[in-house]
Amino acid sequence: MCLGIPGRIVEITDAHRMTAMADVSGVKREVNVACVAEGDPAALVGRWALIHVGFAMALIDEAEAAATLEALRHLGEAQETLEQIAEGARALS
Amino acid sequence: MRYVEEFRDPAAAKALIGRIGEVAEAIGATRESPVRIMEICGGHTHAIFRYGLDRLVHEGIEFIHGPGCPVCVLPMARVDEAVEIAERPGVIFTSFGDAMRVPGTKKSLLQAKAEGADIRTVYSPLDALELARRQPDREVVFFGLGFETTTPSTALTIQQAAREEIGNFAVFCNHITVPPPIKVLLDDPHMLLDGFIGPGHVSMVIGTHPYDFIPRDYGKPIVVAGFEPLDLLQSVLMVLEQIQAGRAEVENQYGRVVPEHGNPVSLAAIADVYEPRPSFAWRGLGEIDASGLAIRPAYAAWDAVAKFGIGYGARRAREVAEPEGTRCAEVMTGRIKPTGCPMFGTDCTPETPLGALMVSSEGACAAYWQYGGRRGPEAAE
Amino acid sequence: MALRGDRVTLAHGGGGSAMRDLIEEVFTGAFEPDGMEDQARLEAGALAEPGARLAFTTDSFVVSPVEFPGGDIGTLAVNGTVNDLAVGGARPLWLSAAFIIEEGTDFALLRRIVASMKREAERAGVRIVTGDTKVVGRGAADRVFVTTSGVGVIPPGRDIAAVHIRPGDVAIVNGVLGDHGACILAARGDLALSSDLQSDCAGLGHLMDAILAAAPNARAARDCTRGGLASALNEMAEAAGVGIEIEETALPLRAEVKGTCELLGLDPLYLANEGRLVVFVPETEAQATLAAMREIDTGAGATVIGRATEGPAGQVTMRTLFGGSRIVDMLVGEQLPRIC
Repeated sequence: MCLGIPGRIVEITDAHRMTAMADVSGVKREVNVACVAEGDPAALVGRWALIHVGFAMALIDEAEAAATLEALRHLGEAQETLEQIAEGARALS
Repeated sequence: MRYVEEFRDPAAAKALIGRIGEVAEAIGATRESPVRIMEICGGHTHAIFRYGLDRLVHEGIEFIHGPGCPVCVLPMARVDEAVEIAERPGVIFTSFGDAMRVPGTKKSLLQAKAEGADIRTVYSPLDALELARRQPDREVVFFGLGFETTTPSTALTIQQAAREEIGNFAVFCNHITVPPPIKVLLDDPHMLLDGFIGPGHVSMVIGTHPYDFIPRDYGKPIVVAGFEPLDLLQSVLMVLEQIQAGRAEVENQYGRVVPEHGNPVSLAAIADVYEPRPSFAWRGLGEIDASGLAIRPAYAAWDAVAKFGIGYGARRAREVAEPEGTRCAEVMTGRIKPTGCPMFGTDCTPETPLGALMVSSEGACAAYWQYGGRRGPEAAE
Repeated sequence: MALRGDRVTLAHGGGGSAMRDLIEEVFTGAFEPDGMEDQARLEAGALAEPGARLAFTTDSFVVSPVEFPGGDIGTLAVNGTVNDLAVGGARPLWLSAAFIIEEGTDFALLRRIVASMKREAERAGVRIVTGDTKVVGRGAADRVFVTTSGVGVIPPGRDIAAVHIRPGDVAIVNGVLGDHGACILAARGDLALSSDLQSDCAGLGHLMDAILAAAPNARAARDCTRGGLASALNEMAEAAGVGIEIEETALPLRAEVKGTCELLGLDPLYLANEGRLVVFVPETEAQATLAAMREIDTGAGATVIGRATEGPAGQVTMRTLFGGSRIVDMLVGEQLPRIC
């Protein structure tokens, strides 16, 4: 139900029918962009979208993606610091 | 692969697992008295087992596998109807690969194909429509199943068929919705759940507000999650932190894909093409009000039920008993684990599946077998 | 040239002059220009050496589409059988080639297939010495089916077999996995995928020679055809009564194969390869094996992917990205693209 993969829209194949070529790691598949096109589909070229069963269903919010990764990175650093402290404490005891 | 591999970083996973452990300890979760988190979506069940997350997180966390596997909840009678349509002369029956091996009372679609029915796997309903364009003398039928993630794509395809007046295309609609079965589970006094991991791609379509009733009426937290291991781990952490702080809210971990109010084009297409059925039968859960979708009369020309006189509502739906000894319903609703079913690994294996949970890649039984390495029933948990 | 028309008809399978013309002009003309008897008569040569063993294998090829990026059914038919012999430690010597041809197939297609087979046979150092053709009615075959049988010689004293694999032995593959399977999926057209993927189809005889020269105690090798690496490993683990553990991070995969798998919900471990083998060598010989493989074109991507273990006999497991563990089971039926 859930198998969706991010793909990059590389070309509009039929603006009237709302179809475009999406590229997933070098594999190309035509997808329908009706869900993500606001007005002229040409504006989608270069954007990343979540592809599911031949439809681009949502545009990937690059800022949100970066924010999530940043939060995870911070967590990683905080966790590492905590572990170092814990290890230090063990070494002393 | 961008937006995928970054969310599989092992170092970040380690950090999350560590942090999850701390919060689990802080709230007193133990193996004997665990925090019970239900992942609703079968795709999440699959991901949890594929990456071994169930064994990597603190032992005080128990994943309860929810009913969000559309193939698993499809009653056998629906498979029988699909086979009946497929066996009609002149029909090309198209389906996602997931449904091909699900056993009906007599046979699966794959078996019907071996017996001569023209049944083909497709990746997209658009490919089925293209088949109809190219073969005007054949009737192409598409097996529309799935939750809200997939519902818009069949709706948009039907609208396209209507615009182009393609008369030899129809959809056998078995689409269902996520919120109703969650309510059924929450109303069940035997179900003890502490929180939910919400379906990321369903939410991409419907947004996060359909889950407001969960914290509001039942006081449970729900975090809408993506599908990569870091998404799931971060979501588990967010659920635990809510429990720790005594909060119950809808949170969105998958903000890069899930918009708060869903996708307007998808929602409009669904509303245009479909109407809710008064009730729909779910394998394992029985009849649930307003949980299934039927094609509106305006689009009857593309409705396989109207065209072939087969299918839910066309005549008194003949429901079918579960294979003897199986406990699919209890596994599906998280009451027992696959290993709690006496048929697991004995009569029911991937080669000889008795139910859809062993056949579907999202089914808990298939996940336990494939990735979890469990091969037989275990003592009651 | 006596062959008339541009396609095969039932007359060409009738046993008469049309059939003789087809065989001579399309098949024997290419494989054995000096002419073929009904049966090949061959000097025993190395087979007659005391202690030498004859290796014998057969395989049928029904791939659709018949021609695909990187090869055709002929490339598969020769290399598939050459590889089956080579991974058993045999030097491939002679092949037979039997063709079942659907009525209406173009001669031009047959000539292309035969040209591929001749080229691959020459590369592998084998001769196609005998064969057969049959023609069947429209729809009874998918253009062409090919069956090749192969004979090779296993030198005295050599015994390469899965049963010799011991815990601690290192598993090595010769390059990126899944290219052939992913390429065929795209080439079939019904999934409307396009990519630059080519089949990895190749003869592995010379590679096996290099491996056996560098690793005199090499235990066993298998080509990873249908069912992919996972199936080959499961068979070897079962035969040897050992466990096998592979590392997810060590599996070599092209980005396009990963992309195809993610898009369709497939597991690359089960995709077919037609020019890939997995070989088990003692740990002490692993580095030498890798170095020798990398000198050969078909071994340029050689890399260690795991090892045999004391683990439950017959069980293949994979250490995941996060240090967890999952079972890599035998495939049940065919892998189907999924949406869930």
